[in-house]
Parts: sequence; C-alpha cells; structure tokens
Amino acid sequence: MKVLIDQDRCVGSGQCVLAAPTVFDQRDEDGIVVLITDTPSAEAFDGTREAARICPALAIEVDES
Amino acid sequence: MTDTLSKATAPEGDLAAYPMPRAQGCPFDPPTELGRRRAEEPISRVRIWDGSTPWLVTGYEHQRAVLADPRFSANPDHPGYPYTTASVKARRQGNPTFITMDNPEHDRYRRMFTRDFMIKRVEALRLHIQSIVDGLIDDMVAQGPTADLVQALALPVPSLVICELLGVPYADHEFFQQRTRLMIARDTDPGASVTATRELAEYLTELIRRKEADPTDDLLGRLVLDQVRPGNISLEQAANAALLLLVAGHETTANMIALGTLALLRNPDQLALVRDTEDSKVIANAVEEMLRYLTIVHNGRRRVALEDAEIGGQLIRAGEGVILTNDSGNRDPGAFPGDPDQLDVLREARHHVAFGYGIHQCLGQPLARVELQVVYGTLYRRLPKLALAVPFDDVRFKDDMLVYGVHALPVTW
Repeated sequence: MKVLIDQDRCVGSGQCVLAAPTVFDQRDEDGIVVLITDTPSAEAFDGTREAARICPALAIEVDES
Repeated sequence: MTDTLSKATAPEGDLAAYPMPRAQGCPFDPPTELGRRRAEEPISRVRIWDGSTPWLVTGYEHQRAVLADPRFSANPDHPGYPYTTASVKARRQGNPTFITMDNPEHDRYRRMFTRDFMIKRVEALRLHIQSIVDGLIDDMVAQGPTADLVQALALPVPSLVICELLGVPYADHEFFQQRTRLMIARDTDPGASVTATRELAEYLTELIRRKEADPTDDLLGRLVLDQVRPGNISLEQAANAALLLLVAGHETTANMIALGTLALLRNPDQLALVRDTEDSKVIANAVEEMLRYLTIVHNGRRRVALEDAEIGGQLIRAGEGVILTNDSGNRDPGAFPGDPDQLDVLREARHHVAFGYGIHQCLGQPLARVELQVVYGTLYRRLPKLALAVPFDDVRFKDDMLVYGVHALPVTW
C-alpha cells in the first residue's frame, strides 16, 4: 500500500490522524496533514483506507495496485 | 416516464414546505418525509420560507458528492442561495468568515485557525476538560437533589473551554449565550437577530482591540500578532471569525451533551454499555454514533450551484439552491447497514456527516469529540442512578432552533 497526500487540499479536520495515527500527523504550525510513513504496515491498512474514505477534502489517495 | 414527467412539471404550488415537522412522539428521528424522499425521490424540490424552491438532497452519498464539489458554492451572495431563515439572511453583512467562502479564499482564512484545533493540541486539553467536568458535577451534586442538566453541565462545559481557548472572559457568558440564542432561534425577528449579532461583534471587536494593546497567549491573542498586525486579516474580519468560533464552540456541544444524555436515558441498554465500559475506544465510538444518531444541525446545510451539475442523475442548474439534510443522510441504510434508526453505540459510524463534509466540515470537531468523550465517559459513572426528573412528555425539544436539542433537562440521581 502506498499513501499519497495533497497538502494544498487539506483543511485540517484531523480525521486521518484519528483513523490511522501511525500513518498521519498534523504540521505543528497549522494542522495540515503530514505523512509519518507513505508505506503503512499491514495492521494500519484498514485505518488508512478509512482515512482516505472520510477525509472531507479528498486530500488522501491510497494506491493498492 | 409519465411519472417523471408529471413530477417535473407538477405545479410548484404543490411542493412540500421545508423544514417539515418531526413525527409526533419521535423527537430523536428526522421528519418521516425525509426518509420517504431518500427512498423514493432522493433529489427533489421543496418550498422554503421565502417562497423559493431549492433541491432537497436526502441521501448520504449524494450529500457527500455535493458537499465535496466546487461547482456548489457556500457563498450566500450568489443569487439562488437558499437562506435558512429571514433572520439568517438579515444578519448577513460585510467581512464574511471562511464558513461562507469558496476556494481559494476559504483555505487561506481557515488555515489561520486550524492550528488550535489540531488533534494533538486538543488532546493536550483533555485532562483540563476532565477537571472542568468533574468540578461541575461536584457542584451539581452539592446543590441537588435535582438540577437542569443544560444549565449545570451541558452549557458550562463547552462555554468554559471555548472561552479559555479563544481568550474570552467566561464572566461574560450570559451576555454571549443570550445573544447566541437569539441568533439561532428560527422565529427571531430579523431586526432582533441583526442587533444581537452586532452587539456580539462589537463586544469581540473591543476584546480584540484590548489584545492588540496587550497581547495574550490564547487563540485571539495570537490571531492579533500573527494575522491582524501583518494585515492578513482586518480587525472586523477577526471579530466576525471570533464570533463564529464562540457561537459554534459552545451551542453545538451543549446540545449534544443534553440531548445525548436524554437519548441514552431512553435507551437503558445503550446507556449501560457507555456507563460500564473501562475502554476509552468504546466511549469514542459511542460519541460518533451519538453524533450520527442525533445530527443536531437539523435544518440542512445550504449551497447554490454555480454551473449546471448532474448529481445522482438529476440535473441541477446554475443558480439553483440545494439543501443537504445531513440528519436523513445519517439515517441512510446504504451507508449505515442494519437499522440506522436504532441507536447502537457499538456501531461503526465514524463516516457520518454530522459535522458536514467537504472543505467546510466542522473546524472544531476534534474539540467537540474530546468534550463529549469526557462528559459521556464521566457523567453516567459518577451518577449511575441519573434519571429524568419530569415526565418525558414534558421535555421541550428545540424544534424552534437552528441547532436541535432540549431547552432544559431536569434530572435527579
């Protein structure tokens, strides 16, 4: 699994951090998404998929090809 | 085909009025008509207070599609925007906040405020919020044997927290709570709504001026230093943003606390699950389900199409208004399998749209979540015999307000 984020779209809702805290974090200065890793471990797959599904700004893409 | 044709050409005089009343005896459920439309005509017209006939979008996926689509604007200055009430329209004025902006302006302004609501900063407040909740419950018990939970706990918790976060003196809470009530009452005379909004904006402008002279270490103090002084945002814009955060920061969570408690008291098996758990994840999950089930923003989110757009096979033309009824979206069986009309605190519900969706999804949601987790995780354990002190039929629900809840919740324990 490969995770792509678009910081320009992010609105800092924090949903991804709650869904997959080992994958997503927020920039200290403005709460915009940053990746802890772009290749999550298997136990974080479900949370990462959920983060992509519930991100209100469509700023997360998950590539599982 | 004739059906479709007759619907499309039905005289507009036949259209149902929105908002419609809830069914008698079902104060936790959206109006029955919203569920019928979601199943039978998920995107269909209604008539609103000013006689206009916007589209009502009742299903979960269609709502997410519209709210994430930049062809639909949140800016009421575009003709065709379906204002919620005459009062909301009357108090619309200059110096808008990010809640009514489209991109790219929206993101620029919202990002001035995202820092204080990020997960780790809100998590750092959890212990302090716990001590506020503990103290208020202590006071309530000391003054017992009954209390109005709205005044004793539901309103003070989020009011105290947002005041500290913004740097607004809590001593002024009666002033801002009273004006907030006027702003969100559906039937407030437009003149009174404008006056209430102006008084609140003047109060906050004066407060921010004092912070300019004597900066404080709080959200508004930092806003002055980081954004007002460099000229990124005017004093008037800062005051209007402060007004938005203050109003949205206390009234919404307050209603979730009181209405949520009543919903749990009416569902004792669900209350037991929340009360008897040691697992913070169970509480966090219950909060999401309560947000879904109650969806207190119950008069629809409003947009206007900037260009022709097709949603779910329905053409919505440029200049037509759209109302997204997130209360019925959150009861959509397509998104919440099983019986979505049943409160089930173990349900997987984190994808609800109680905070909206798209770029305008609630800025304060991490704070609301922690406040609700602390209250739900504390109140019922501390007071395991908590019960309604009046007959259920005597409880007055906020059908008359833009944010749903109860006007008072007399309880005993």
